[in-house]
Amino acid sequence: MRVLIPGICGKLGQMVARRLVDTGHQVVGIDRRRWPRAPEGVEVHHVDVRKRAAEDVFRRFEPQTVIHMATVSHLQAADEERYRINLGGTRAVFNHCVAHRAAHCIFVGRHTYYGAAPDSPLYHSEDEPPMGLGAFPELADLVSADLYAGSALWRFPELNTTVMRMCYTLGPTGHGTLATFLRGRYVPAILGFDPLYQYMHERDVVGAICAAVDRRPRGVFNVSGPQPVPLTVIARETGRTVVPLPEFVFTQSLGRFGLPKIPRGALSHMKYSIVMDSTPFREATGFAHEVDEVQAMYEFKCAFPAEKATP
Amino acid sequence: MGVSRDVKERLRRLEIPFNRFGVDRFGVSRKHLSSAFGFFAWFYRHYFRVNVHGIDHVPARGRGMLIGNHSGGVALDAAMTLVSLLLEMNPPRLGHAMAEKFIATVPFFGEWTNRCGHLSGLPEHAVKLLEDERLLLVFPEGARGTAKLYRERHSLVEFGTGFMRLALQTGTPIVPFAFLGGGEAIPTIHNSQGLGKLLGAPYVPITPYLVAWPLPVRLDIVYGAPLRFEGSGNEEDETVMGYVDQVKERIAELVDRGRKIRRGTLTTDEGAS
Repeated sequence: MRVLIPGICGKLGQMVARRLVDTGHQVVGIDRRRWPRAPEGVEVHHVDVRKRAAEDVFRRFEPQTVIHMATVSHLQAADEERYRINLGGTRAVFNHCVAHRAAHCIFVGRHTYYGAAPDSPLYHSEDEPPMGLGAFPELADLVSADLYAGSALWRFPELNTTVMRMCYTLGPTGHGTLATFLRGRYVPAILGFDPLYQYMHERDVVGAICAAVDRRPRGVFNVSGPQPVPLTVIARETGRTVVPLPEFVFTQSLGRFGLPKIPRGALSHMKYSIVMDSTPFREATGFAHEVDEVQAMYEFKCAFPAEKATP
Repeated sequence: MGVSRDVKERLRRLEIPFNRFGVDRFGVSRKHLSSAFGFFAWFYRHYFRVNVHGIDHVPARGRGMLIGNHSGGVALDAAMTLVSLLLEMNPPRLGHAMAEKFIATVPFFGEWTNRCGHLSGLPEHAVKLLEDERLLLVFPEGARGTAKLYRERHSLVEFGTGFMRLALQTGTPIVPFAFLGGGEAIPTIHNSQGLGKLLGAPYVPITPYLVAWPLPVRLDIVYGAPLRFEGSGNEEDETVMGYVDQVKERIAELVDRGRKIRRGTLTTDEGAS
């Protein structure tokens, strides 16, 4: 199958590309970043997905499946740029898919769509609206991109669309928001709160995306792996030291004393859980995670030992 | 107050799929349960001396909703009912109560209630727990029930209907029960709404000795045979209210039985039937 991956040079994009090539697919990527040692069989075009050159790639390659991974979070880009990439880029990808008759488009989104709040239920289902935007406006562009991608289901009925809301990633590559948060020797927590975190090993993330390529489920799907684990347990089991701080101290300390600089809205993610039910995706694709929560933590711990981490 | 060997052993026998860290998929933690039940089991056995009748009516496995009357101005009834499921059942079971939503925002308290299995009172949580074949503890009288005064302690106030729609939607049997003695343990003579407003609660119960600390009186829990209702949960209010009234009548009968047991005019075996 001819598969085009906008955002191929991210860690997950590279892993997906390798897996698809290994299983006999023809893979072409689009990214503003470089992939210096791209494996044989993977063709990478160094262009912006919103530019005309990207459409030329669609025109020449005529992909059957497109995996849209060219989105960024507030940790990676400033507001204006993030809006342009996430919304302008997503629009361009879907328009090119339709114009060049791709059969299937997969939008790889995030579970933060649901938001973290005290009245937020565990095990979200796909029909729930995004409730966390009031407290965390930095998520608005990603949530909008998710909803925009979902609107392709009725706007472009001829294009089979899969929207995947992926939980956090944790594994030896250190990729993703959770892994980044755990990189240091000390992990800050808000005193009196210990939310559940749902994560998947990156190998399973790749497995889930490839399952979507093969089985082409139509619709919006939550994608998660093993059962969630409390944040303090994750920190402890990955060899980190939890530093619980009263909320007002935590808020004042953000970006100082070695603590990460995160938007105030992200504090709710350190107090309340975002846990999804991924039963529909598993039923639609036959996907089953291979790595449990314990092994994922162990592999992260071995790859990023606390004793070698910066304080 | 250490955790007795018996409580530890019963917690070990809970048929809940805890992971290697002793946490299940809803965040229930074996460590937190051990501390909480260690504390409340002492009160159950030595302070109140709780008597349980008809525990065999509670399903040993599978989903179920325990529906009972409120008795006592604080959550004494819920705590002792939950302990009865752990200490009197074989195999022991964990009951899940639904916590007030504001509790999730309170440091430590929110975490503890969640880790002990009492998730925020959202319909989604109730459905998920029942679909996972758990036992749900519900007091349909709500806050109106805990506000009963001493002289009203054997009465039932208006029942909500949410529990019945949930039972119909999920095909869950309802196990009615009566809780007796809570009104004597906390003999409320007045509910202070002004004090409650100061403390962020609907009201604060006032007793003849002012504070709502429970007295060491005997408590009785009488479980009745399960009731099953057929439907989808989308029935007309009138139909659902009819079902709710049947449950309420059954609980009123169980309260009467419990009073007779406490007066010694009915044996435990008769009371459990």
